[in-house]
Amino acid sequence: MTTLLAATTLQEFFTGWYLPGFEEGLSPGFAMLIAIVIHASLMMGLFGGLPLFFIWLERKVAGRIQDRLGPTRVGGKFGWLQTLADGIKLIQKEDLAPGVADKWMFQIAPYLAVVASFAAFMVLPISDGWVAIGLDAGVFVILAVMALEVLGIILAGYSSGSKWALFGAMREAAQMVSYEIPMALCLLVPLVAVGTLNFREIAAMQSGPGWNWLVFHDPFSFLAFFTYFTVATASVKRAPFDLAEAESELVAGFHTEYSGLRWSFFFMAEYASMFVVSAIAAIVFLGGWHTGLGLESALSGFRGWRPDFLFKGFVLGNYLLNVLGAKVLIFKAFLLVFVQIWVRWTLPRLRIDQVMTTCLKYLVPISCVLFLGAVLWPLILVTSLKRTTILEVPSIGQTFVGQSSEAFEGERDASGEWDSGAAAITEGATR
Amino acid sequence: MNLESLLFSIFAILTCVSALAVVITQNIVRMAFWLVMSLGSVSALFFLLEADFLGATQLLIYVGGTVVLLVFGVMLTASGPYMQIKTSPAEMFLGGGVGGLLLLVLASSVVSLDWEGNVAERLGKESTVAIGPRQSVNQAGATGRPLGLAFLGLRTDQLDGNGAPLRPGYLLPFEIVSVHLLVVLIGAAYLARAKRRVEPSEDTV
Repeated sequence: MTTLLAATTLQEFFTGWYLPGFEEGLSPGFAMLIAIVIHASLMMGLFGGLPLFFIWLERKVAGRIQDRLGPTRVGGKFGWLQTLADGIKLIQKEDLAPGVADKWMFQIAPYLAVVASFAAFMVLPISDGWVAIGLDAGVFVILAVMALEVLGIILAGYSSGSKWALFGAMREAAQMVSYEIPMALCLLVPLVAVGTLNFREIAAMQSGPGWNWLVFHDPFSFLAFFTYFTVATASVKRAPFDLAEAESELVAGFHTEYSGLRWSFFFMAEYASMFVVSAIAAIVFLGGWHTGLGLESALSGFRGWRPDFLFKGFVLGNYLLNVLGAKVLIFKAFLLVFVQIWVRWTLPRLRIDQVMTTCLKYLVPISCVLFLGAVLWPLILVTSLKRTTILEVPSIGQTFVGQSSEAFEGERDASGEWDSGAAAITEGATR
Repeated sequence: MNLESLLFSIFAILTCVSALAVVITQNIVRMAFWLVMSLGSVSALFFLLEADFLGATQLLIYVGGTVVLLVFGVMLTASGPYMQIKTSPAEMFLGGGVGGLLLLVLASSVVSLDWEGNVAERLGKESTVAIGPRQSVNQAGATGRPLGLAFLGLRTDQLDGNGAPLRPGYLLPFEIVSVHLLVVLIGAAYLARAKRRVEPSEDTV
């Protein structure tokens, strides 16, 4: 499984590197080693850096909403080093385990939560082709991996040997098991329109003007976006669904007994998962790495620009466009994370029975109806309007096929050609 | 030894060791943890074999299902904290005997198989049958779409020269399983329904 960086893998990139002294390029083995190190540190940096920023943002937004200033002193102007200072403080703390705890499990549980949350980053694309592992069933894999985070939380709550922790874990388990169903169903609604589970293909179908975004594809996917966002907020146990840690009743819920770095691991996992669910929403509903303003077509002359400066065969134009795409996607995801933070400091927490009622009596039926509607929608349009879109524009499939021929030219892998369906983009390039 | 066989051996060893630990451990929650490790390593093996969809399904259904098992089967029924399971020597003997026999059957069939001849035979077959345009689909790991089509009754991996499928897909088993699950769901809803007693109304008293 190789990884794509602007139509060349990092390994190829380093093999074609001709700096003074390395005229014939690095050897493939050494280039692969460097590529592995770069990929791993990029993912770790993203995974560690995002929570640092989000925790600062959370405190700042909470302060503003409560008419305070939030952190102001550490690191100068906006207290932007506050989280780092907190992290250093947490590292210094004693690593405690209660006497009645199942010590071995108590210590391993935070790692389980972190590993599950980190694994989601491996299949999450940041820009066109910028993904650690470009899987064909990406959406499905990411849902499966994110469902594992709850295991660490349940084990943490159970092995703490504390009633508060056990109650928190039980609530978390009940909540997660119920909310997984509407989450998957809501994601299915736009996927019915695109007919693929591959993040890259999903985003590629939403290129062009903003009404190509899947959230505007039909009324059902428009509603599905808001349902998904509600369910996703619950699935990363954010307020008003943060029953697992409900500090007004359960002290701190499942992490009552934790301290120091192990405690902070739970928060790293939580904030990283917030980013992941928001990025999924941005890719599946909000056009992914496309601006929706037509900026891509304005810059399309850039695509394929290769000055052959320092690196042989490195397409600098595609790389710069991908950097732009990554910024667009991260901006969209940050916006959704901001909404999650905003909701947390605005709405009161629900009771556990209200959380379960919301899911089982409202969200599951709503998502089922949306799914049914999304399946029937093309049928209704074809019988009433004799075409598959409301507007008199080419359907997303057609624009996509038109674009794919130019945008993906040269990236297609001969082995991955599959033309019997309507959507005929291959994944050969991302693998 | 290349990277793939190294990873394969790591995950295979992890699968076996965790499976043994499930049997040996006495603490029931630790057993569930080892079960998760074992099933998760199996899904890692699937990913290694480029069966992405199957690996994700394994994670979602088995590993996620273990969580539900853990919660509702163990935590809610255990009388005290950290419940232990003590096996009697007779049970150990019986379980070990059945497990050993199964291992013997599997190992003997693995050893007796002529692997190289089998590979050669398969290669011979595949060269005579013209396989569809997406022959390398399994190598690319893009198994989602062919799998979905196979469930709808269209096998895209084995086509004859004209592009028509050679074998029927799995529509019938898929439908039977769906109906079966629906029956289970209705049965569960029936068993778990609120049982109301007919209370005598006040004015008749």
